[in-house]
Amino acid sequence: MPSITNGQVRWHESLIQGGLGFCALISIVTTATIIFILTRESVGFFQVIPVKDFLFGTSWVPMFEPSSFGVLPLLWGTLVITIGAALICIPIGLASAIYLSEYASAKQRSIIKPVLELLAGIPTVVYGYFALTFVTPALQYLFPGIQVFNALSGSIVVGIMVLPMVATLSDNALRAVPDSLRQGAYALGATSYEVTTQVVVPAGLSGIIASFLLAISRAIGETMAVTLAAGATPNLSFTFLESIQTMTAYIVQVSMGDTPAGGVAYQTMFAVAGLLFVITLFLNVIATFILKRYREVYQ
Amino acid sequence: MSSQSINVETVTTELDNILEMENVSVAYAGNYAVKNVSFNVARNAITSIIGPSGCGKSTLLRCLNRMNDFILDASIEGNIRFEGQDIYAREVDAVEVRHHIGMVFQKPNPFPKSIFKNVAWGPTVNRYQGSITELVERSLKQASLWDEVKDRLNDSALGLSGGQQQRLCIARALAMEPNVLLMDEPCSALDPISTAHIEDLMFDLKSRYTIVIVTHNMQQASRVSDYTAFMEMGNLIEFDESERLFTRPSNQRTEDYVSGRFG
Amino acid sequence: MTASLTRSTAKQAHHMRRRHAKARVFAKFCGLVTWLGTALLLVLLWQIFSDGLRWLDIDFLRSFPSRFPERAGILSALAGTLWLISLVAIISIPVGVATAIYIEEFGGKGKLVKIIDINISNLAGVPSIVYGIIGLTLFVRGLQLERSLISGALTMSLLILPVIIIASREAIRTVPDSIRHAAIALGGTQWQTVWSHVLPASFPGILTGVILGLSRAIGETAPLIMIGALTYVAFVPEGPMDSFTALPIQIFNWVSRPQEEFHELAAAAIIVLLVVLLSMNSLAIFIRHKMEKKLQ
Repeated sequence: MPSITNGQVRWHESLIQGGLGFCALISIVTTATIIFILTRESVGFFQVIPVKDFLFGTSWVPMFEPSSFGVLPLLWGTLVITIGAALICIPIGLASAIYLSEYASAKQRSIIKPVLELLAGIPTVVYGYFALTFVTPALQYLFPGIQVFNALSGSIVVGIMVLPMVATLSDNALRAVPDSLRQGAYALGATSYEVTTQVVVPAGLSGIIASFLLAISRAIGETMAVTLAAGATPNLSFTFLESIQTMTAYIVQVSMGDTPAGGVAYQTMFAVAGLLFVITLFLNVIATFILKRYREVYQ
Repeated sequence: MSSQSINVETVTTELDNILEMENVSVAYAGNYAVKNVSFNVARNAITSIIGPSGCGKSTLLRCLNRMNDFILDASIEGNIRFEGQDIYAREVDAVEVRHHIGMVFQKPNPFPKSIFKNVAWGPTVNRYQGSITELVERSLKQASLWDEVKDRLNDSALGLSGGQQQRLCIARALAMEPNVLLMDEPCSALDPISTAHIEDLMFDLKSRYTIVIVTHNMQQASRVSDYTAFMEMGNLIEFDESERLFTRPSNQRTEDYVSGRFG
Repeated sequence: MTASLTRSTAKQAHHMRRRHAKARVFAKFCGLVTWLGTALLLVLLWQIFSDGLRWLDIDFLRSFPSRFPERAGILSALAGTLWLISLVAIISIPVGVATAIYIEEFGGKGKLVKIIDINISNLAGVPSIVYGIIGLTLFVRGLQLERSLISGALTMSLLILPVIIIASREAIRTVPDSIRHAAIALGGTQWQTVWSHVLPASFPGILTGVILGLSRAIGETAPLIMIGALTYVAFVPEGPMDSFTALPIQIFNWVSRPQEEFHELAAAAIIVLLVVLLSMNSLAIFIRHKMEKKLQ
């Protein structure tokens, strides 16, 4: 028992509580700071370059004369990578989740789950390495005309990178579906395929879709793998075999270069980052909303 | 081990038995939940299985439509015949068995779909050849739910009350046009009014279906069923016409149970 | 009328067979695809080890980077990474755990807690490069900390704070209320309850979250690039204000070069990075195990 007076104890408590609360505020301050910094620089940027030119312009040449600040090629590059990655991670991730929750034995689960965790823990720069040293050569063998830096390689590797996320989150969603639903479906004389695809997956759909959205958000924000694999050529054409540039790769390019601080060219970094922030925030908010709103599905 | 008073031979030989159980035992990882049970289920009658918690009645019920197949370390011995055919024979398809023998569960488990889709799902997946809409209406009428839902068939089934959901599950099972309907304590999660509703339903269904009901509610069993099997600790203690079993049981354990001395 | 267990028409029997075949194919397909993921990990590891193993020797660990592959090493990068983890741990663990404690134990259910909640889950989804930009603007330029270890550590701490907070909150939430009630009934204050009872009980979960966060901090490259971690560093940092490089940066630099030897060097550096990560995770599992035994 502490041998200090009541007053002292309360003082200690208040101090500690204050300290803890201060730490908690840091998270709010962080968000405020992000929004503040991005907004301030972007506002400066948009005083020179009209928002319409930025959002709808199709030519991105910020560093050279004649300069042009249409962000669509970067947006397109990000979109190409994301779509490619989604085409890989969504079907494979969902199929893996189905296998894990509906078919795999406990022993198989005990192998597969750690593998997924390992894959999820691999640093993104390693995936960039993998793209350049394994995936691109393999693609060059399959498609002889392909460039060394190409969107397909970036897509594949980003798809693999977010795969564990889709698999794990969808697995959680499927396991949350009460077993009584499966029992009821099987008791009507249906096969595992019918029960899984027509009863279980629809019942867990909100969690599954949320996992897709979170994975897509992650793919959009991915930097290192695409910087290494997909190249630095802002490109509006529809092709997987050529070099493109994503928003994230562009930001890296600016920061590694010698662009003087304060100029419009420098501020493009903030405008693009602001756009990136808004897009990923939007996706994350929708994902959280879907998870919360449809959580009561079984009651 | 108490001696069994099974009047199977005398009670049911003259009847048309749709299900026959012979020396059925079920073990989970070596522990026997059902020990050497034999009795028959008469066609178009209601047979109830009663007994204290953990006596193996639900386990036995789940053997009848091969739902125990899903439990990995369950092993089943003995013989279960539907219309004279061994349902566990190697060439028999478990999925087919469940088309003939349907099940309603203790807690209502409607799919998170519309009322219509709940009832229509089974037949649709089974490529039902006639009009699904008529089948759905017929099943809902048989389950005594049609009037309450006919104007909102596309509403979510989860919006129904507990009693309505259970009747929906019954309709869903009936839509498969089974021969036998297994009911695993179907009223234990419901209020007394819904329970009474479903008991009335069972009388109506008896003419077209055979019903086997597991219940821990003795009054229900004596009200509703034609035949009763009393189980304790995995063993079948007594099987007889319900009227006889409840008023003049042959076995002392049965008498103790039905008079409430234990259980 | 007796029913039969077998289908009466050939068409119905055929239909049943089709349904079963579909189910079998589907199950096999899902299984195949899943094991594909496992195979992928093996391919990845095989590629890394076959490329990098021959470059991995003591000299590799002791040398600085160089234009010549035979002489190049990761001494500066490894030192930078170790410095970075230490600083990030010192900054982010107390702040993260404190935040989690505050929200779960002292925050109540008010609006403030809700706002912090939404905040944290949004911060968890912000791309790492945005954190890099913030670090650049706020720490490097704003606070004039230059391109130093401390700038990098602060930036990384912001990045992984949500991870630590979320995991710690989960861990604290699983501690049953009965423990808290018992402690308070014995006359303890709220903080004493947390410090002596709740924290020890939630320690394994918190540790897992911390390791998860630190693993991310070690592997992230983009924020470090943004704040200006250098790519050619021929010295070992001696204090938090020194400039630095880190393993991921070095890997990135080597992979970017056209020569194949540098790709292989990158693989060797990746092996070192993976070993560091593996050691951290194994240490965490070991500590968890010991703590869980102690709590039993």
